[in-house]
Amino acid sequence: MEQLLAVELGDSYKPNAITAVCGCTDLGHDEVRRLIKAKELKTIPRVMQALEWKTSCGCAKCRPALNYYLVCDWPDEYEDDYQSRFIYERVHANIQKDGTYSVVPRMWGGITSAIELRKIADVVEKFDIPTVKVTGGQRIDMLGVQKEDLPAVWADLGEVGFVSGHAYAKGLRTVKTCVGSDWCRFGTQDSTGLGVRIEKFMWGSWTPAKVKMAVSGCPRNCSEATCKDVGVICVDSGYELHFAGAAGLDIKGTEVLGHVKTEDEVIEHVVALTQMYREQGHYLERIYKWAKRIGVDEIRRQIMENGEARQGYFSRFIFSQKYAQVDPWSERVSGKDKHEFIPMSDLKLEAAE
Amino acid sequence: MNVLSANWIAVGRLSDIPRRGARRIQNGSLTIAVFRTANDEVYAIEDKCPHKKGPLSQGIVHGNCVSCPLHNWVISLEDGKAQGADEGTVRSFNVKLDGEDIHLNVLNVSDERKSA
Repeated sequence: MEQLLAVELGDSYKPNAITAVCGCTDLGHDEVRRLIKAKELKTIPRVMQALEWKTSCGCAKCRPALNYYLVCDWPDEYEDDYQSRFIYERVHANIQKDGTYSVVPRMWGGITSAIELRKIADVVEKFDIPTVKVTGGQRIDMLGVQKEDLPAVWADLGEVGFVSGHAYAKGLRTVKTCVGSDWCRFGTQDSTGLGVRIEKFMWGSWTPAKVKMAVSGCPRNCSEATCKDVGVICVDSGYELHFAGAAGLDIKGTEVLGHVKTEDEVIEHVVALTQMYREQGHYLERIYKWAKRIGVDEIRRQIMENGEARQGYFSRFIFSQKYAQVDPWSERVSGKDKHEFIPMSDLKLEAAE
Repeated sequence: MNVLSANWIAVGRLSDIPRRGARRIQNGSLTIAVFRTANDEVYAIEDKCPHKKGPLSQGIVHGNCVSCPLHNWVISLEDGKAQGADEGTVRSFNVKLDGEDIHLNVLNVSDERKSA
């Protein structure tokens, strides 16, 4: 094993400096990711066999990580292993402390309509949903839904075109926007339209950890783009691109990636940046931590200055999206994974007399 | 009629449960989680983590253990005991495989309800 690593990884292999993924292996995330590519490992059992995993079927730490790496690296070939996903990604809803679930439909760029709001109101009444809350990502969260009700809730929401908001995913979450040049007297560009465009382009993509974005129509920054994983600030001369912010356990302002002149360029740069992170990030590592590890300058160099590298990332993201942009809710309304939502049996036994 | 065998009832088939997965069995307010391991072994424990009552049936199954979906406690499927530094035990139930059929011993289940 040591030899294999030395050959495949060259000088970068320093066994003593590695933090292992988990107790099932001595390898770190970087080593595992590089060996998956170098040895073309395309299933979890193959990875565990080739990299000499110490346990027979891994654990709850390494399996979700390996599943993500394989989804990311072999988008057209790998069959997603749902038993290696945490419950919220397996049933496409957020588990709550009492075992019920929350449901957050996508509201593109935070825009909604009378038809959508009326449908949400109807669903809340029909399924007796106890709490309805506006989220920080400009959408509506319905909390306390019984697991058995999820497919029926999604079916009703789907009638007006709602799809999953992936509020549970290590993937693209929200693109928060302000009203921009449509309404605001200070707006310099169509920040709402751009946010919707980014969200429609990138929804469904899996990432090492959650990705939250925002587009602000001017430097007053009403959509708080400068503490997001990726942020765009519209200015008179175009668009300022930001990344690697944080406003959770850690709080950190974004780094400036660069300046571009058109919406198309925004899409290309933001997508390329996200793909670079998808390919290099450790599972559960947010963008700001990845950027610290890789170096902000190196990321800027590859995305802003190296057109060829940027194009490569961009086209690999688009290829991956062909397989990722399937609404998981409508799949399950159509019967996929039915076993997840209904008990295997109901005994209805009386207590022994 | 054999009294012992009368306490075993069929609750489903092995193929109803995904490998490294679980299904729930309801009996009134009691929920039992029936697990199927990678090696097609079958176990049943109450669907209630000893820590904060998390539904264990929703966790990731690895080896003969499940990780609770709420706070990642690792629970043994064999005896319901929390692993590692965590302490606590969840009620386990007797299940057996008869070919493809999963049988649950309901004597245990009824006792559970009576005492509840």
